[in-house]
Amino acid sequence: MRSNALFRRLLISGTCLWVAILALVPYLILLVASFLERGTDTLVRPGLTLTNYLNLLDPAIFGMAIDSIVLAAVAALLCLLAGYPFAHILARASARAQPLLLLLVMIPFWTNSLIRTYALVMMLKADGVINSLLLRAGLIEQPMNLLYTPMAVFIGLVYTLLPFMILPLYASLKAMDQRLLEAGRDLGAGRLQNFVRITLPLTMPGIIAGCMLVFLPSLGCFYIADILGGARTMLLGNYIRDQFLVFRDIPMGAAASVTMTVVMVLMLLLYYLASRRSGKELIQ
Amino acid sequence: MNKAVVVELDHVCKTFGRHVALDDICLSVADGEFLSLLGPSGCGKTTLLRLIGGFESCTSGTLTLDGQPMVGVPPERRAVNTVFQNYALFPHMTVFDNVAFGLRMGKKTEQEITREVVQALELVQLTGMEHRRPAELSGGQQQRVAIARAIVNKPRVLLLDEPLSALDHRLRKQMQKELKQLQRTLGITFILVTHDQDEAFAMSDRVVVMQAGRIEQIGSPMEIYEEPVNLYVARFVGDINVLAGVIREQTGETSYRALVEGARVLLQSTRPLVPGQHVHILLRPEDFRLELEEDMARSQDLSAKFQQARLRGTVRRIFYHGATYDVEVNLDSGARVQVTEFFDEDSDNLYFKPGDLVALGWHEGWEVVLPHAE
Repeated sequence: MRSNALFRRLLISGTCLWVAILALVPYLILLVASFLERGTDTLVRPGLTLTNYLNLLDPAIFGMAIDSIVLAAVAALLCLLAGYPFAHILARASARAQPLLLLLVMIPFWTNSLIRTYALVMMLKADGVINSLLLRAGLIEQPMNLLYTPMAVFIGLVYTLLPFMILPLYASLKAMDQRLLEAGRDLGAGRLQNFVRITLPLTMPGIIAGCMLVFLPSLGCFYIADILGGARTMLLGNYIRDQFLVFRDIPMGAAASVTMTVVMVLMLLLYYLASRRSGKELIQ
Repeated sequence: MNKAVVVELDHVCKTFGRHVALDDICLSVADGEFLSLLGPSGCGKTTLLRLIGGFESCTSGTLTLDGQPMVGVPPERRAVNTVFQNYALFPHMTVFDNVAFGLRMGKKTEQEITREVVQALELVQLTGMEHRRPAELSGGQQQRVAIARAIVNKPRVLLLDEPLSALDHRLRKQMQKELKQLQRTLGITFILVTHDQDEAFAMSDRVVVMQAGRIEQIGSPMEIYEEPVNLYVARFVGDINVLAGVIREQTGETSYRALVEGARVLLQSTRPLVPGQHVHILLRPEDFRLELEEDMARSQDLSAKFQQARLRGTVRRIFYHGATYDVEVNLDSGARVQVTEFFDEDSDNLYFKPGDLVALGWHEGWEVVLPHAE
């Protein structure tokens, strides 16, 4: 028993150390850097300042933030529309088919998402798979302009993030008692009424969780907008990347990063409060 | 019965793959009747209920509600409501909204809905609970909400799927009375599924005993208990003792001389029996007469009561039950029977003790004689 406790303590302290060194410490460095000035031959120069944060209030940057948020929100909505029917089928599939279907959802994770994004380029480009297929089928006469459009960005985001929508939806649909739908029909509700009055409210926690899980990564996922959108639209993620890697303005990039993190934490907090309240309502 | 038939099943079969859930069911349920489907789990009683509710369709045969064939009619368009086994209350709605659900589906004004919901909640004694959520209610209260949610729609038939099985013993007894009362008040036809014989007997006008997808017997609780048509029914409803016998001769229109567990007895039976035929003699524990052999030797009156049947045995064990006690008797033939005795009003002591030699008889005509399995 004692060696067991020791083993557990080792495991826990190991994990804590890991998180501290690889997540907490770098983040603290970032936080400190965001209050420093930009150096000419060094990365940063000592001297506390709020300039970096004030720079973020620039209308251009503000507009970019709005664009990013709209993009992420649309991506979340698209994922919801695509993911809900699939999650529904998944949750109602036979006990034997479910693990298989779940596996199909997970398989893309086995390949690095950057590689998958480049694969999408192969699909979407002017002489790519989609265009050549459509041309050969005679459905179009000119190759369509797919790559480097907002649509390509959405395709990339939905493709990459859809599993994060499906899984929480699946969990909440599966947890729902099927007899409630029978009770609904017994009381005179058709399928649509059943969905609107029973299924939708009862799976709302899953819907919110899924939207959060798609929305938040969409905000920061710079490489998809970069590779598929052709870097034509500047988004928050690209902006931060550019500050670090192109302009070498570490304090500015750090300030933008910290701000984005704060916004995300606030949203997660809101979600937590909302879910706790609705959970309480269920109990009350 | 001269009342109109509400539900009629005509040679209904239901199969799931190769499993036969219901086999050639014929049953008609009269308006205002309280009918119970009684049987062990897996006997098809719930399938039968789901068939009437519209959640399953007949593989063959016809089901009519108020004379209308129900082929292809979905549950939402049947004048039938169900109280589900685990209530299936909507967890995200208040008690009021749960009960109002069915009314809102039918296009009623909010005013009518409020009035009818309040009325229904009054009937099930839940006034004041309108704004609670199901999770805040006790099991018994949830049960009442489920009943209110169904009856508020004024269905032609109310289907109840083991509605009381999740409640504790006392509450179950109380709900049985209330359900029966409610059924009388509303005049709605109730069809109750249960595996509990007491429950079926306490509430029903008629009981349908089922086994393995078939109906074994339909009758009033008294008929089922006192005149079971076969061993299965006899064993399923209450305790029963089965004695082996052979018919010797017919002595009257309904009376026979027979050899039962090695003793010569007189039997009564309306069934046609022939000499030499092997029969089962069914006796409930309370049907027996039991006396000490030593008392029998002393009293002429006593032995007169055992004229038509007198078996000998030894008391094996006694089980005390409060108002009654059970005596387990080993007959000389080797068979074992259980006898229920009431306490003697004049004496606090148990009359019998293990090892006593006893005479065993029964009240004349209370025996059920069944030919050996057909």
